[in-house]
Amino acid sequence: MSLQIIRAGILDTIQDSGRYGYQHLGINPGGAMDRFSAQLSNALIGKDLNAPVIELHFPAASFLFKKSSVICLAGADFSAFINEEPIPIHKPVFVKEGSMLGFKSIKWGARCYLSILHEMQIEKWLGSYSTNIKAEAGGWEGRHLKAGDRIVFTDAELFNHQNIHNLLLPWKSDGIKKNNKLDVMVGNEWNWLTEISQHSFQQNDFQISINADRMGYKLTGKKLKTKEEKSLLSSAVNFGAIQLLPDGQLIILMADHQTTGGYPRVAHVISADLPLLAQTNPNEIINFHLTDMGTAQEKLIQQQKHLQEIVEACKLKMEKYLLKDK
Amino acid sequence: MQTNPTYSIFPLGDNAILIDFGNELNESINQKLLEIFRKIKNQNMPGVLDVVPAYSSLTIHYDVMKIFEKAGGKTVFDIITDQVKKIVEDDIEISFEQNRKISIPVCYDEEFGPDLSYMANEKSLSIENIIQLHTAKTYRVYMIGFLPGFAYMGTVDQRIQMPRKENPRTNVEAGSVGIAGEQTGIYPLQSPGGWQIIGRTPVLLFNKEKTAPVLLQPEDEIKFFSISKHEFTNYQGRDS
Repeated sequence: MSLQIIRAGILDTIQDSGRYGYQHLGINPGGAMDRFSAQLSNALIGKDLNAPVIELHFPAASFLFKKSSVICLAGADFSAFINEEPIPIHKPVFVKEGSMLGFKSIKWGARCYLSILHEMQIEKWLGSYSTNIKAEAGGWEGRHLKAGDRIVFTDAELFNHQNIHNLLLPWKSDGIKKNNKLDVMVGNEWNWLTEISQHSFQQNDFQISINADRMGYKLTGKKLKTKEEKSLLSSAVNFGAIQLLPDGQLIILMADHQTTGGYPRVAHVISADLPLLAQTNPNEIINFHLTDMGTAQEKLIQQQKHLQEIVEACKLKMEKYLLKDK
Repeated sequence: MQTNPTYSIFPLGDNAILIDFGNELNESINQKLLEIFRKIKNQNMPGVLDVVPAYSSLTIHYDVMKIFEKAGGKTVFDIITDQVKKIVEDDIEISFEQNRKISIPVCYDEEFGPDLSYMANEKSLSIENIIQLHTAKTYRVYMIGFLPGFAYMGTVDQRIQMPRKENPRTNVEAGSVGIAGEQTGIYPLQSPGGWQIIGRTPVLLFNKEKTAPVLLQPEDEIKFFSISKHEFTNYQGRDS
């Protein structure tokens, strides 16, 4: 009784909200690139927000369900279909045993999250299900999913089939709204930039280069300069840190960033806007808008409260479809 | 009476704070911030996700929501800053625990140390001189970062200090021992890297199967000793 990978995608991994408590050992948190959408896919089927999900990049894998389940997709829209029938994102879908789930093309975004109502039989590594490809640990055998992999579902029969009349369950949510203007806070080395460069950081467009992956996005734009040549001893960095490289270009650190780094941290994309950034693809244009700590934290708190409301409501909605003794 | 080092606190985005003790490579500063690191770790402060010591800074990554839930009117940033300041300004008890002394075998064969001959040329030294200078000193682990278990050690004898490579290698083998400026380090995993590679150790620096997956920790005292290629191949201590 399992989920079978029929064809591999380019990079499909199991992720959760990250692995914390080990950065002092050089082990990075990893986790979903777009945490909001990963959590939303769980929330809509009433699962714990931090439960493991499958993060899909395009072209994505195709899956065969050897057991009926309820799934929800969130984040990027990869034109998903079940047995040739298109299915929407941000809406729970009942998948019958023997069905194939596949993805046709990118309509929007870069990362799609697949949450499954059943528990997947995978083991935690250092407290998290996230796949750390570099350490070959966590998630599914520490690597991306390949054709032939079978992820076993551990739960017994979950459903009260009498109440399931339609493959689409009757509720949905909105996903994140596309916006290329990202809120950022100044970083510790912001004042290393010349005034002209500080200005151009805020006024100019930056393009996501082809060197953009789970570790970081290298940007292409007007070169920025520092007032003097200074070097920085290595110290901690985090998801969203915008560093100035020696060639005057910027790099934004993403989920699989190193734990420490030595390039000046000129700014940080605020946590609430990281999901937007995680959904941008190479060649897209972004720009930065300075904000303050209060605004940044308030935006994140509102986002989290919104997710908590959805998960509470959906837990109740799901009850009708589940067997009572479960 | 010990005085606490001067420091400043900065936000590192909206979910971490950096305690900066000055951008300086200094053993006593590093020692003091490691004391603070251990204190914060031991307190299990609610909402603290990670504490990351580096050469001259300490970073605390925190969970905004967890702290917000108990905020009672104050801002999340003020709460975490106050908590951290309290710990930093507490008198630091100097622990007299002995630092761990660890000997690490390294094979300085040119097959494993592709930058040996280049370095010998640049520094007008023989390869034997380089090996002798690298193995003569005891190094201190200042911090762990970059990769799981990558220890930044110092300080390297001035005669063999070399800047990073201008064009980093796309692939450095696991176990490779390198030099960058006054630092020396070992790549625990295969990785891209810019350090000058002078040898390789058969010792596992990172083992995901262990509950303590990383071998080295800050304040360890490391000494390298030279082994032959034959000894490297037949090294039995891999899983110890």
